[in-house]
Amino acid sequence: MTQLFKPELVCPAGTPASLRTAVEAGADAVYCGFQGPTNARNFPGLNFTRDEMITAVDWAHQRGAKVLSAINSFPTAGRTQIWKDAIDDAVSIGVDAAIIADIGMADYMHKSHPDHRMHLSVQAGASSPEAINFYCERFDIKRVVLPRILTVAEIKKVHDEIPCEIEAFVFGNIGMMAEGRCALTNYVTGLSTNMDGVCSPANFVNYEEDENLNLTTRLGEFAIDCISCNENAGYPTICKGRYNTVHKQEYYAFEEPISLNLTALLPDLMKAGVTALKIEGRQRSRAYVRSVVSEFRGAVDAYSEGKYPDISNLLALTEGQKETQGAFRSKTWR
Amino acid sequence: MTSDNFSSDNRSINGNGANNLSRFLPPLPVFILQPLLNHIVKTVARRHPELFARLGDSCKKRYLIDPYNLPIFLLLQPDPDHPQLRIYNRGRNVPYDVFISGTFKTLLRMIDGQTDSDALFFNRQLKVTGNSEAVVALRNALDNMDATLAQDVASCFGPLSKPVRLLIDRIIKPGKTTL
Amino acid sequence: MTNQISPILTLGPVLYNWPAETWRDFYLKIADEAAVEKVYLGEVICSKRAPLFDPHLEQVVTRLENGGKEVIFSTLSETTSNIDRKLMKKIAASEGFNIEANDVSALWHIKGRPHTIGPHMNAYNEESMKFFTTNGATNICLPPEMPAVGMKNLGKLAGEIGVDLEVQVYGRIGLALSARCYHARTWDRTKDSCKFICDIDCDGMDLHTLEGKPFLTINGIQTQSYTCLNLINELDEIIACGVTGLRISPHSTGTLETIEAFDGVLNKKLSAEEAAVKLEASRINAPFSNGFYYQKPGFEWISNGSHD
Repeated sequence: MTQLFKPELVCPAGTPASLRTAVEAGADAVYCGFQGPTNARNFPGLNFTRDEMITAVDWAHQRGAKVLSAINSFPTAGRTQIWKDAIDDAVSIGVDAAIIADIGMADYMHKSHPDHRMHLSVQAGASSPEAINFYCERFDIKRVVLPRILTVAEIKKVHDEIPCEIEAFVFGNIGMMAEGRCALTNYVTGLSTNMDGVCSPANFVNYEEDENLNLTTRLGEFAIDCISCNENAGYPTICKGRYNTVHKQEYYAFEEPISLNLTALLPDLMKAGVTALKIEGRQRSRAYVRSVVSEFRGAVDAYSEGKYPDISNLLALTEGQKETQGAFRSKTWR
Repeated sequence: MTSDNFSSDNRSINGNGANNLSRFLPPLPVFILQPLLNHIVKTVARRHPELFARLGDSCKKRYLIDPYNLPIFLLLQPDPDHPQLRIYNRGRNVPYDVFISGTFKTLLRMIDGQTDSDALFFNRQLKVTGNSEAVVALRNALDNMDATLAQDVASCFGPLSKPVRLLIDRIIKPGKTTL
Repeated sequence: MTNQISPILTLGPVLYNWPAETWRDFYLKIADEAAVEKVYLGEVICSKRAPLFDPHLEQVVTRLENGGKEVIFSTLSETTSNIDRKLMKKIAASEGFNIEANDVSALWHIKGRPHTIGPHMNAYNEESMKFFTTNGATNICLPPEMPAVGMKNLGKLAGEIGVDLEVQVYGRIGLALSARCYHARTWDRTKDSCKFICDIDCDGMDLHTLEGKPFLTINGIQTQSYTCLNLINELDEIIACGVTGLRISPHSTGTLETIEAFDGVLNKKLSAEEAAVKLEASRINAPFSNGFYYQKPGFEWISNGSHD
């Protein structure tokens, strides 16, 4: 195997401690968000205060790692100032790039901070060269985070037709709905994934175990799954639940509780021209960040030196302990 | 909208479901441990004020921690003004908001930052019921601590802190242990 | 420019895979009988379905225009495959037609010509609205999860910058899109080998929870509400916000009656209460909802109009 271009490893951090863990485990860049609704992981106890972000950026920069600030939700009319403040603060703190989803906020950032690096969030749902080119032309986007719905062949094609860098997800939770276009949580809870940055907010999740250890997962008043005692559980999201239709019963209508794991496809992604490999999981613990980042560090380094690394250790960390290559390998996933 | 639509403010448990030998044992004189637990919880609270900022409103919640292979429960109330960690014998009726259950080893590995609690939940080693928001907040707050909670606990034993740390390490070592 | 235009009814695109003749007959009836001023036409959900309706397109467009309706061609809401991209280009790059963009890739082809922004475009706030308008949008349909407070803020701005504002007021709500086809999945097929199985469900396929409660509706790659949005009681308030386009999303039954009921209220021939009774009689077999408008769970029905 020949040597390959070494992509940047972009890793998640829900807390300052996670950020340090990720950098120590070999992350080239870490992405994180401010507390509040401006980012799509607005979970209790998670994310950074302004002061924590300042310290974290300094700390990371001293060690040669980048910090990317996720401002990747959609302000409802009347509260754009919160998002504008987040963008202004991220720029003045000196993050290496802001990851933006809302087209209005991309316009704001482009006009107010034309020289600062902007990445297009996966939440923008730019899945075709035409959409990406539009964002690049209007807002001078430097990198697009691709939706998790393209095959490697399609990614290669996108790469050849756009002027900016590509960041692709390689590991972690895989939501089944097109990013930035899902109102399922809002339909059930009154809180919006796009506008409030929450997917299955914890205060609406309830687990009920019966005497036979079957676990019913409820979001709001809807039972979204019932996990029997010998089954693994997954995230309590609507798109990973089991349902009935007239034609089929007790089936995962959208997707099983499963994680994306593209370790085996890494060389193909590198050849397809992907600049950065992204690991999902700002909501996960430091232990997760430590294991996944160091495994991927090893794998990326090995592949770029033309070696075949051992990639078997990541399965235990996956949701439902099952993994998939999702859309990336072939169109039959659709 | 209230954030507590689905919280379980007055759940309680008496441990009758504990399916192991411990339920047949006579109650332990757990009260002798209480001063030590008071010391631990106060020390952690003093050292880690940032923990409470991350907990937000969840610091008022009652977390019932159930090492289900031991004959006891622990009730944690991480209120910065009045932090409490109480120990109870199984069989006592203890009201709670959040119920976290796993083997003692699993729980210890978790507070020592050795393992990912989502993964433990996915493979059903960890059981969580009650106010899920409070669980997530506690998990994230603990995860941001630089020294782990287990280290802090060990340090509370003064001259015995080294042996206690060694004991913790023995328990959480991968592989089979009686705990 | 101030917003003095009187509100109009619009008919959203048919979102389901109806038999081509049913589709044609539906639009011919709309052309002749329905009091809608704008009709959105075109395949929004699945590029594979689009060719099925092509044979009748010319007849339908001519009849609609003869009936005094403005015809707007809606683009796909998601572009991934080559077929998607080709269809997107075919619609969005056509000059001399009114286009509704439902994916940002449409804007690349439209190149600043006047157009409409569809409900799948995430126009959530003032900055987005200004950007879209500067880029040539003359009409913006808000995302269905937009609460009243957002409509109010945007309505004010829309009047100031001279763009028309539209919201869906009736029909099942589009909640999510995916690259995967869930109709095909239910039948153990893939999107490529689907054999157009979605054609058996003319208002989508009901999805129930394991406890038997109706929950969602599957329409190919789209997930919709089980409930049927109905903002008849909120109509006056919505119009007062500055919304000028009231979109009815078509169903296999009752669409003409729905249009009649809304038109009755707009023209003061019916009270909201009278119209509500008519809607009740003609609805699809699902309960009404209006929760999103009140910033409540979208499936809920708020009957007292309270914004608490």
